[in-house]
Amino acid sequence: MDFVLIQFLTGLSNASALFLIASGLTVIFGVTRIVNFAHGSFYMLGAYLAWTIVRAFWDWGGREPYLFVLGVLAAAVVVGLIGVAMEMTLLRRIYRAPELFQLLATFGVVLMIQDATLAIWGPEDLPLPRPPWLRAFIDIAGSRFPRYDLILAIIGPVVLALLWLLFHRTRFGILVRAATQDREMVAALGVDQKKLFSGVFFLGSALAGLGGALVLPSQSANLQMDLSIIAEAFVVVVVGGMGSVTGAFLASLLIAEVQAFGIVLLPKITLVLVFLVMAAVLMVRPYGLLGKPQAHARAASGAVEPTLRPAPNILGLAGLAALLIAASAPFWAGAYAITVLIELAVFVLFAASLHLMMGPGGVVSFGHAAYFGLGAYGAALGLRYLALPMEAGLVAAPLFAGFFGVVFGVFVVRLSGVYLAMLTLAFAQIVWAATFQWVDVTGGDNGILGVWPSAWAADKSVYLWLALALCIGGTLLLRRFVFSPFGYGLRAARDSELRAEAIGLDTARLRLAAFAIAAAAAGLAGGVYAYAKGSVFPTYISIPKSVDALLMVLLGGVQTVTGPIVGAIAYHGLFVGILQATAYWRAALGLAIVVLVLAFPQGIAGFARDRWERARGLEAA
Amino acid sequence: MSAPVLEAVSLEKRFGGVHAVAGVSFRVAAGEMLALIGPNGAGKSTCFNLVNGQLRADGGEVRLGGQSLAGLRPRAIWRLGVGRTFQITATFASMTVRENVQMALISHRRMLWSFLARATDQFRAEAEALLAQVGMAEQAGRPCGVLAYGDLKRLELAIALANDPKLLLMDEPTAGMAPKERTALMDLTRGIVRARGLACLFTEHDMDVVFGQADRIIVMNRGRLIAEGTADQVRNDPAVREVYLGSGATSGGH
Amino acid sequence: MLSVSRLNAFYGRAHILHDVSLEAASGEVLVLLGRNGAGKSTTMKSIIGIVRPGAGSSVTFAGAEMAGRPPHEIARAGLGYVPEERRIFTDLTVMENLEVGRQAPREGLAPWTPERLFAIFPNLGRMRDRPGGRMSGGEQQMLTIARTLMGNPRLILLDEPSEGLAPVIVEEMANAIRQLKQEGLAVVLSEQNLHFAARVADRAVIIEKGTVRWQGTLATLEDEPEVKAQYLSV
Repeated sequence: MDFVLIQFLTGLSNASALFLIASGLTVIFGVTRIVNFAHGSFYMLGAYLAWTIVRAFWDWGGREPYLFVLGVLAAAVVVGLIGVAMEMTLLRRIYRAPELFQLLATFGVVLMIQDATLAIWGPEDLPLPRPPWLRAFIDIAGSRFPRYDLILAIIGPVVLALLWLLFHRTRFGILVRAATQDREMVAALGVDQKKLFSGVFFLGSALAGLGGALVLPSQSANLQMDLSIIAEAFVVVVVGGMGSVTGAFLASLLIAEVQAFGIVLLPKITLVLVFLVMAAVLMVRPYGLLGKPQAHARAASGAVEPTLRPAPNILGLAGLAALLIAASAPFWAGAYAITVLIELAVFVLFAASLHLMMGPGGVVSFGHAAYFGLGAYGAALGLRYLALPMEAGLVAAPLFAGFFGVVFGVFVVRLSGVYLAMLTLAFAQIVWAATFQWVDVTGGDNGILGVWPSAWAADKSVYLWLALALCIGGTLLLRRFVFSPFGYGLRAARDSELRAEAIGLDTARLRLAAFAIAAAAAGLAGGVYAYAKGSVFPTYISIPKSVDALLMVLLGGVQTVTGPIVGAIAYHGLFVGILQATAYWRAALGLAIVVLVLAFPQGIAGFARDRWERARGLEAA
Repeated sequence: MSAPVLEAVSLEKRFGGVHAVAGVSFRVAAGEMLALIGPNGAGKSTCFNLVNGQLRADGGEVRLGGQSLAGLRPRAIWRLGVGRTFQITATFASMTVRENVQMALISHRRMLWSFLARATDQFRAEAEALLAQVGMAEQAGRPCGVLAYGDLKRLELAIALANDPKLLLMDEPTAGMAPKERTALMDLTRGIVRARGLACLFTEHDMDVVFGQADRIIVMNRGRLIAEGTADQVRNDPAVREVYLGSGATSGGH
Repeated sequence: MLSVSRLNAFYGRAHILHDVSLEAASGEVLVLLGRNGAGKSTTMKSIIGIVRPGAGSSVTFAGAEMAGRPPHEIARAGLGYVPEERRIFTDLTVMENLEVGRQAPREGLAPWTPERLFAIFPNLGRMRDRPGGRMSGGEQQMLTIARTLMGNPRLILLDEPSEGLAPVIVEEMANAIRQLKQEGLAVVLSEQNLHFAARVADRAVIIEKGTVRWQGTLATLEDEPEVKAQYLSV
């Protein structure tokens, strides 16, 4: 019984930190409709800043508790101001952009903050020295429980109460709730949106900073804090219901308790457990515990998907020329160039598979790397346990990924918008966690090595041709699907679900089919990649890999069928270029993402098409 | 009178404590235009959505040509021959006018799950014939997103006719249109309903349209049917005047 | 009071309004007539700044230039806007909806308070703590007007106030508009319903394809059947 109580209290104290972060995220999302990826970075900054500020205070006035409190609050305020700075310089320019662009822009900020933190504080973990009062224990039912954790457990409910008062008893709070529903209308009633948004960003970011500062004594400031917390925070926000602070509180309790007991009872699957809880909640309540179906964020004037026209002939010729140049590379280029070209072919298919869902399907997957990775692991596991040769492995890869595409897709296609994106991210994290934690089967962090091609394809040149045939062939097939009755049905379901169902289309099944096809195609790309590298690792499934795919599609332009191809080539070129050029490649990549989002909101191909159509006076939709 | 195409029997629907539809029954025969009117919140939309399958009735039954529609989803009901238009037009904005109709035909002919054919080559002539019926032939190649409102309404009608329906459901078909366009659209509809022998059920706020086009009118208030009859009978019904028509305005707030 | 001249507006590449010019004096009820898609709503949205007017457009209100300023500044200058789709805050109560609309009192006008508004819209006074989402369409329409009045506007833009309302509610709406006129407010409304317009408005501006085609009093319009036939499809 004691064990239950202690674990329960541990859960409560973890829930508080989680709630602080998630409530900030959910408030920001509610009002600005921005899913702020950089929220985890604010949490991390809170910890680092508290480490610096609290230590400075202690050096000056001794290790007094009140100076710790002051330092934590100061860290929160500074993080709040950083949040406001980001809102004013970056987000203010892209409030009208599609939500995915906003997400990517904030991911660019994640990368920049990572490198900035590394430059300022260095790569080492930074623990806060703990004076005796921070290390004190109290007796609970005969067990020793850290007093600090008990204090943390109380902070969550206190913050919840304060937020409730803020939102129901102050004019600022009422305006925030109104703006959560319809910010344009709030502006038309004389409320300055900019101030409101900055205020909300300050509040949300400061909450994240406070969370980071408060966990510092029990953890330590480190560079992995941002992405590890953001996935959990997303889960809490989605489980609680996007935009609902009370929901975030309940969800953080649920998740933290599941973790607290899971770590004792089912230590092998703790990472998976959290996401399983999320999937279970969303099955019963698709919009989270206290969420409501999102009134589809009021489309700012006239944002309509354009009609699709087959590519002009000249584009086809250019594509053919590019393909011929790539295929002839063995005769004029070196080994490194061939490696790059193989990767390029893989990423073209990877991006095209995501595009099928995002473009015609209108389904934004935030965890597409899962299927890439499943394809790679499908081939590798086939080799390890069934001794499958490469030929069979390349068949197994899309089947394995496609199978999971169906399994996950069944849940995913019931949702829409941000919920859907978050659920795909959650599934990707499950797959990642499984490959990472299930060491006996997957080799964990060490991956699976020795995944080499069959003898006939061992030569790099031959493998390039094989990769081109499979990946470019696959991409062309996906293109064909887009223009088929199936592809039109998919677009119909995206354009107007109401009308689609009213003419007998089973929209959920259409989306599921698209999801499975996209997963299988990504799996094929992953399989080809595995044999090219000779190994597979959990990083194939990581969040940055999923973001890679999104960037390729968006860079190219989601509204054109050619977009993902152009995007994959441009992105990979950028990546290879930056990676070789600078030590701070994350910051450089982050900056590039931000600039691209600001400069090419339609993507490269979308931009080119717009010019093309303008020049010819074609009627735009 | 011939056997009804649509028959609603004692429909019931509750939302929480609200009795939105309470024991509503009506019939629509082939070739007949039946208008459903009533104040905002009277239960018209709920009633309408019970018929088209968007909502499930708590009691009672809807029958199409004698067959019960209980538990069927909207798309299954469509397959049985029910075409619909919406209060706020719902079309596929990223497609051309012709492609919108082709999409409906592709679904009707169960061609949806073909992956390699070109969608724009399917049922092209048929789509154009339907568009010609509603006077939209010359706009077939335009993106649907740039159409004028009245034309969108006509496109919706063409889409609704693509599955060769027995019953046409129109939710406020003339909302947001100018008086003459309204009459034109409803004249067109009436002509098609007569020619094809369809049954047509529509809701409407414009009394000119209701009194001018409907063969019969049913009036709802607070979830119940309070009157039924011809234009004159309904116009002179004191209960209808009190809750809906007001002090003598013949033309309402459309 | 309000003077719009050479107003142009665009949605992406589409040119929606072409040199629209119109004026509204204080205490006047002006109606914009025209078919759906003629540009009435866009005119209103451009005046309030939700749609950004094109270069060269001018919207002066109470002597100050409004074109190019953000919506909240225009609203604070005393221009109230009631959108077509009502757009009340469904999660907020009636009182909270009114609070969102509240702005500082305006010189020379008796400030609106919830109590004064409930005198005009008695229904609302009976449901102060009801969430907007649980009100009927007619009640929501009243709330959206009351909410805008809380900003103490000198002029109020009403986009299609009678759309989708039952005839009885439409009568209530007409009474409310006449009462606002008596309070000294200028009202600009858009309508497709000529009967309704004739009951409340002093003057009409007919818009078609984003261009002003005709202006004059409603009495004059009665005598011009060709105008009505050509632009209003009556």
